[in-house]
Amino acid sequence: MSQYQEAANTPTPPSRYQRPSLFACIVVVVFLGLLTKGVMATDVTLARLASGAVNLVDFVGRALPPKLDDLDVIGGAMLETLYIAIVGVTAGVVLSVPFAFLAARNTAPHSLIRIGTRFLIASMRTIPDLVWALIFVATVGLGPLAGVLAIVMDTVGFAARFFSERIEEVHPGPAEALASTGAGRLSVIGGAILPETLASMTATSLYSVEKALRSAVTLGLVGAGGIGVELSAAMRLFNYNKALTIILVILVCVLIFEQLSSAIRRRVI
Amino acid sequence: MANIQIQNVHKSFNDIHVLRGIDLAIPTGECVILLGANGCGKSTLMRCLNGLTYPEQGSVVVGDQDMAKTRGRRLRRQRQRIGVVFQHFNLVDNVSVFQNVLYGALGQQPGGLATTLQALAPQSLRQRAMQCLDRVGLADQATQPCRELSGGQQQRVAIARTLLQAPDVLIADEPVASLDPRAGRAVMELLIDIVRERGMTVLCSLHQLELASEYGDRVVGMKAGRIELDAPRHELDRDTMAGLYQGVVRVDEQQPTPADTALAYSA
Ligand SMILES: Nc1ncnc2c1ncn2[C@@H]1O[C@H](COP(=O)(O)OP(=O)(O)OP(=O)(O)O)[C@@H](O)[C@H]1O
Ligand SMILES: [Mg+2]
Repeated sequence: MSQYQEAANTPTPPSRYQRPSLFACIVVVVFLGLLTKGVMATDVTLARLASGAVNLVDFVGRALPPKLDDLDVIGGAMLETLYIAIVGVTAGVVLSVPFAFLAARNTAPHSLIRIGTRFLIASMRTIPDLVWALIFVATVGLGPLAGVLAIVMDTVGFAARFFSERIEEVHPGPAEALASTGAGRLSVIGGAILPETLASMTATSLYSVEKALRSAVTLGLVGAGGIGVELSAAMRLFNYNKALTIILVILVCVLIFEQLSSAIRRRVI
Repeated sequence: MANIQIQNVHKSFNDIHVLRGIDLAIPTGECVILLGANGCGKSTLMRCLNGLTYPEQGSVVVGDQDMAKTRGRRLRRQRQRIGVVFQHFNLVDNVSVFQNVLYGALGQQPGGLATTLQALAPQSLRQRAMQCLDRVGLADQATQPCRELSGGQQQRVAIARTLLQAPDVLIADEPVASLDPRAGRAVMELLIDIVRERGMTVLCSLHQLELASEYGDRVVGMKAGRIELDAPRHELDRDTMAGLYQGVVRVDEQQPTPADTALAYSA
């Protein structure tokens, strides 16, 4: 210890605390302002929360016991939801692969194509799935096809972005080595880049399936097929006992599905 | 067969003038070792020879083609004749050793990737790939994933890949720099044997001076983007070689720093 004190010209360590930057201060002030304003604007009051809680208890009371007569109809609708998710995700993932290669910096044939593809992917992602469903209900009509198309859009927006980020992380060396032998662009992508990204793409795809199943449930609320249609009908007719059954079926199915998918995902990575 | 004619080559990255007028001729079948300190421009020069980068000025003729002006389909055809071995091997980690060797034929096989995949490649190609792998002593490892091999073994796989490519010219950028002295010497030995068997024209950069005079027909030294030394192997002496590493050696430095000077005196 004494040897440190003796060295008179030891450089001093940096101070323990750093003054926050001006930028950080501005961010905090703006955030706090929006938060207070938001609480007032959305009318979050204790009284309303309390009465909501009372109503919730009332709803549960009226929904109990769940009505089990329509289980076959509900099961059929749940199966339709599952089909919407699977078909939509498969088409979405297949489409995502070329989109991702066109959008990644190291594989895009031209920077204009890359920017265009990125913009397309970003719009698919930023427009929410329910909005897509509304658009497709208007264009292809009520029913599961609208749901499938909405899932396709949502999946491409999500998966193509993750795929392309993963592609950009691939070490450039192997691709360069294959190019140096005279290989064409597609051979380099297929030979060097695809093998390095396949595992991560599979994991992302499985996660997309889980995500799609959850959104396929809600898509029915706007008429795009599946169990959501049944749920919204039951709620509108105040048939709370049936609604509760539907919610329980959704809960069980989604849970089983998530467990299954994450078990597979763990084995892939 | 091909000879190499590099004339007045200049190349800059941003503000850094990396190659400052390089002239170098290598006759067919000669093995030239390239020496020089870190950052003197060796890799940049070698990359110009395969169209992995392009000079702003000058010509880089390999055989009958100027690599400085070759693009597209003609570049791909020309690249088949110019093999490259990299310091970090640049194998595809997630596929088998055998598949990596097969990739050496990517440029030549009609059908490209489809006909070089392990499952789809024609039997004659598979046979040749196996011979190449056997030549580097790794026939037993054919089905192993590349990432499980040692560095020395990985560089052998890269050499087998180049062997299947069967180029006239071999560019080797510090092929043994990531290997320990023994593995490095063994790989160097193998590489030189192969290029002699095939009569390839070689440009190979190294950081080990003792290997340079042992394996090269001729040694070329670079310093700060210029060629400072060019001598047949029997005319080399240690002092001229050591001179390549003293004073301003990098292309991105102006004055020697005190540390450099100290190093130069201690050397
Ligand atoms: N793609 C690039 N972009 C920008 N600068 C580059 C690029 N490639 C090389 N340089 C710069 O060119 C200079 C020479 O690099 P080069 O790799 O040719 O040296 P080298 O002689 O191969 O060195 P080493 O022995 O470390 O491999 C370095 O200063 C490097 O920063
Ligand atoms: Mg280098």
